[in-house]
Amino acid sequence: MQAAISRATEAEVLQALRSDRPGLNGLAALLSPAAEPHLGAMAKRSTAITSQRFGRTMQVYAPVYLSSFCANRCVYCGFSADNTITRRVLTIAEAESEAMILHRRGFSHLLLVSGEAPAKLGVDYLEELALRLRDRFAALSIEVQPLATEEYARLFQAGITSVAVYQETYDRAVYKQVHLGGRKADFDYRLETPARVAEAGMREVGIGALLGLADWRAEGLALGQHLAWLRRHYWRTGLTVSFPRMRPAQGEFKPLQPVSERNLSQMIFALRIFDPDVGLYLSTREEARFRDGMIGLGPTRYSAGSCTAPGGYGLENAGGEQFEVGDNRSLAEVSAAIQKKGFDPVRKDWDAVFQAKGDRQQAA
Amino acid sequence: MLTIAGRKFRSRLFGGTGKFSSPEVMKEALAASGCEMVTVALRRIDLNNPADDIMSVLDRDRYLFLPNTSGARDAGEAIRLARLARASGGGEWLKLEVTPDPRTLLPDPIETFKATEELVKEGFKVLPYMNADPILALRLQDAGAVAVMPLGSPIGTNQGVLTRFQIEIIIAQAQVPVIVDAGLGAPSHVAEAMEMGADAVLVNTAIAVAGDPVRMARAFAMAVEAGRIAYESGLGAVSKDAAPSSPEDGLGFLR
Repeated sequence: MQAAISRATEAEVLQALRSDRPGLNGLAALLSPAAEPHLGAMAKRSTAITSQRFGRTMQVYAPVYLSSFCANRCVYCGFSADNTITRRVLTIAEAESEAMILHRRGFSHLLLVSGEAPAKLGVDYLEELALRLRDRFAALSIEVQPLATEEYARLFQAGITSVAVYQETYDRAVYKQVHLGGRKADFDYRLETPARVAEAGMREVGIGALLGLADWRAEGLALGQHLAWLRRHYWRTGLTVSFPRMRPAQGEFKPLQPVSERNLSQMIFALRIFDPDVGLYLSTREEARFRDGMIGLGPTRYSAGSCTAPGGYGLENAGGEQFEVGDNRSLAEVSAAIQKKGFDPVRKDWDAVFQAKGDRQQAA
Repeated sequence: MLTIAGRKFRSRLFGGTGKFSSPEVMKEALAASGCEMVTVALRRIDLNNPADDIMSVLDRDRYLFLPNTSGARDAGEAIRLARLARASGGGEWLKLEVTPDPRTLLPDPIETFKATEELVKEGFKVLPYMNADPILALRLQDAGAVAVMPLGSPIGTNQGVLTRFQIEIIIAQAQVPVIVDAGLGAPSHVAEAMEMGADAVLVNTAIAVAGDPVRMARAFAMAVEAGRIAYESGLGAVSKDAAPSSPEDGLGFLR
């Protein structure tokens, strides 16, 4: 994989920039060092494709952290079982109250996030919470431990529309090095998760690599391969990619392979040019300056006003954070920045009514 | 004048509400387009909220509101959305979109047909978005669709009337109005569709993402009008041979 990237020539970069369907070879070229002098041209192409496909809009959402308990030992994560932080799992009522705080702030797309500790927070919890929230929000997504196909199907019935599950790194050796224990240490089980999500009928599945672990160029190409594979096998499922770049977290872990803003933007442009239809997330891990600059250039979904601690929006004694956010602005402030760039911050782009309530017959 | 399901329209250009940089720009562009029918994605609006950013800027006296089921991937979802729209005061007009492939957003003919049958029974005025398939157009018409909306090219692609040959057949055969929808990226594209005899066109992306959406909306309105007048005036036939300007050259021997 690295070879395909390192042998890419400038001619291949220019060819990929001209092509409507650059394919995986084109993606490798766009991720390569040979593409670096053409970052401006990549930005232009990515901007044009994004505007054509998504219009002058940016979808906004917020995460709700449900639990900081985690059975995994991941050397980079604030929630790692090895860390001594104040752990907390919200009761269903508390989670509902956090969600409603975001509702009052104007959010209608929520991402429910938790550490991976099925004993503390499992499918029953998520199902009950989704049933309570589904009529009050346009779309509910989850980012929790990998589940079985039937469990995803249950959650879809309960009103969850999409699932994010990041491989963290597609480099098996690095994966093994940073995932010391827990179910997450099984690389293949995690890799097969997006397919199970799609199989279960979810609307959308999100993939991603945690930037800072392995060579970002290779991660970009692996993400492209994963996307292409999912498109071929699950043509009904919408796909998204996230670009979480390592932030300071409890545990003092330093990125193994630092990724600069230039690198990150090249990766985003490359994936946009490779796949015009994929939804691209850029979260509050990144600083306001960088996020403002990237509006319209490729990403289509921004979080806002995020807190990464369970109970962080309104409860006392919130637990420890997963990571420190880089953009602390409120929804109103982020929306104003989006508007200032000539884009419409879209709060609602789905509807609970799409999903039949419980009764599968109703959908037939 | 164009009549659909008994309602008359002076403008043969229909507008959309997606992809604009702000509700204000959308409002101005729609006004400049002169359109009287505007489609709105049900997924994007909150019908129960009077302050909804899109609905609150659209004058319901000026525009016929055409909710669409964008995002529905099967007949069941489209039907649920339609019922919800009507129950929330969205009226009985419906642009039916069933697009199971989130990538191309091409319409599913089978699910579209099933949903049309059901929604017509329930009293909706259904305008189905469809691929440019002449037989499907006839089947949808027979199922009670009040118009058919064949695509010029995949939605949002600005590629123009790539389905010209099929749309010509649809226009020749259909008893209901034919509205060419999707893929119309330039005023010349809509002029082409109107010259072919389309009853109307629907344009969204090309106006919404233009550098100046308001002026672009006006350009599209003018092209629709030009194309329609040309169609009504009777365009000359296209020929590969040059037509002599003195048509009786070579016939001088005739007494």
